[in-house]
Amino acid sequence: MIVMIAKRASVGRAAAVAALAAALWAVPAAAQEAPDAMVKRVSQDVLQIVKTDAKVRAGDQARLREVVETKLAPNFDFARMTALAMGRNWRTATPEQQKVLSEQFKTLLVRTYSSALTQYKDETIEYKPLRMDAGATDATVRTAVIRSGNPPVPIDYSMAKGADGNWKAYDVIVGGVSLVTNYRDEFNEQVKSGGIDGLIKVLTQKNGGAPGA
Amino acid sequence: MTRQSDDKSALRSMFALLVAVAAMALLGGCATVAKPDPLEPFNRAMYEINEPIDKHLVAPAIKAYRDYTWPPIRIAISNFFNNIDDLFSGINGLLQGKLDKAGNDFGRVVVNTIGLFGLIDIASDAGIERGNEDFGQTFGYWGIPQGPYLFIPLFGPTTVRDGSGWIVRLYVGPAGYIPDVPVRNIIYGLGAVDMRSQAQDAVTFVDQAALDRYNFIRRAYLQRRQYLVYDGKPPPEKEDEE
Repeated sequence: MIVMIAKRASVGRAAAVAALAAALWAVPAAAQEAPDAMVKRVSQDVLQIVKTDAKVRAGDQARLREVVETKLAPNFDFARMTALAMGRNWRTATPEQQKVLSEQFKTLLVRTYSSALTQYKDETIEYKPLRMDAGATDATVRTAVIRSGNPPVPIDYSMAKGADGNWKAYDVIVGGVSLVTNYRDEFNEQVKSGGIDGLIKVLTQKNGGAPGA
Repeated sequence: MTRQSDDKSALRSMFALLVAVAAMALLGGCATVAKPDPLEPFNRAMYEINEPIDKHLVAPAIKAYRDYTWPPIRIAISNFFNNIDDLFSGINGLLQGKLDKAGNDFGRVVVNTIGLFGLIDIASDAGIERGNEDFGQTFGYWGIPQGPYLFIPLFGPTTVRDGSGWIVRLYVGPAGYIPDVPVRNIIYGLGAVDMRSQAQDAVTFVDQAALDRYNFIRRAYLQRRQYLVYDGKPPPEKEDEE
């Protein structure tokens, strides 16, 4: 079918159809995507939008959040991140509490990521070669943000391969600062003073009262 | 000459204070490894003092600096202070036996100083990386424990080890050797403004990310310093700490 259309179409249209075919082809291939390739594809995708999207460039926070939500967030395992950040407190939470915690933590991280992206200027990302054994289900993808006149900022993604074969990130380490480790202290402190429900309350308030919400 | 020694005696008394704080912490529990912040009530009080000052004075001043100075001027100012940092990074590279890093840093200082007194970072354009070493990291490399965490108004997060490193750094110069007091103070002031300005993005991030800013800053600072002391390969942390 595609071949027939391409034969009749102009060169430009043929190229468009070929691109469509390539896009269709890429969907099943994506399931087998290596973790470093995935990080590269997703980050380039997001940066491209940040650079070119008129609304984002005009400072539209809601639009930026939508980009992060739809492009970035699906590649993170928020339940695992929440469990890691909760440490031993995770087991004492009910399944319902765990669900709410994961949702609230996700919202907080999406907002934080969006707000960090607003500071994007002309940085480029360097992707380090991946060192991983064949068949491994855990990997660290190393990147560095390069800004002219400043030392590069290393950003590492801890990633795990899910049962469906897709890789998802469960921690981001910026210049040696692990997000999950940082929140472990935060969560622990809140649970100590107000219990699991106290932490949920603080998280929900933080998300509700965030600037630009 | 007397001005110079006034300056140094102020630093000496600051150092004495740090030693006293360290001794206090050691007497009061000796728990520096298990609990990095034995002085938390004191630090939180200092943090509370700093908050309104930072919010109402420092942050607006930094915003004005970023809004009203021409970016190339700001970059030149950063480069100037980075050049001095590179010199000390080289010295600390030597103190840790990291000759490659030290070589890069000294090479950078020579190139950039000859270039235009450090105002243009030619060395980075040529691909010579910054070593990013300091006295606090050297002390850590030598096995000196980090000591209690400290939060100091107008200065921010540090530890006894890193704070001592800063005092050594300020003590040996080079701004301290400028005989003209107003000029010297302008240099100190600009250096502080540049440092705070460079930290502004991180401050914005913490505002958005943190549930308890004090706690978030402490953990991020300690993680960052540990990472730097181990040159990017810190030993893994325990999963669950008490």
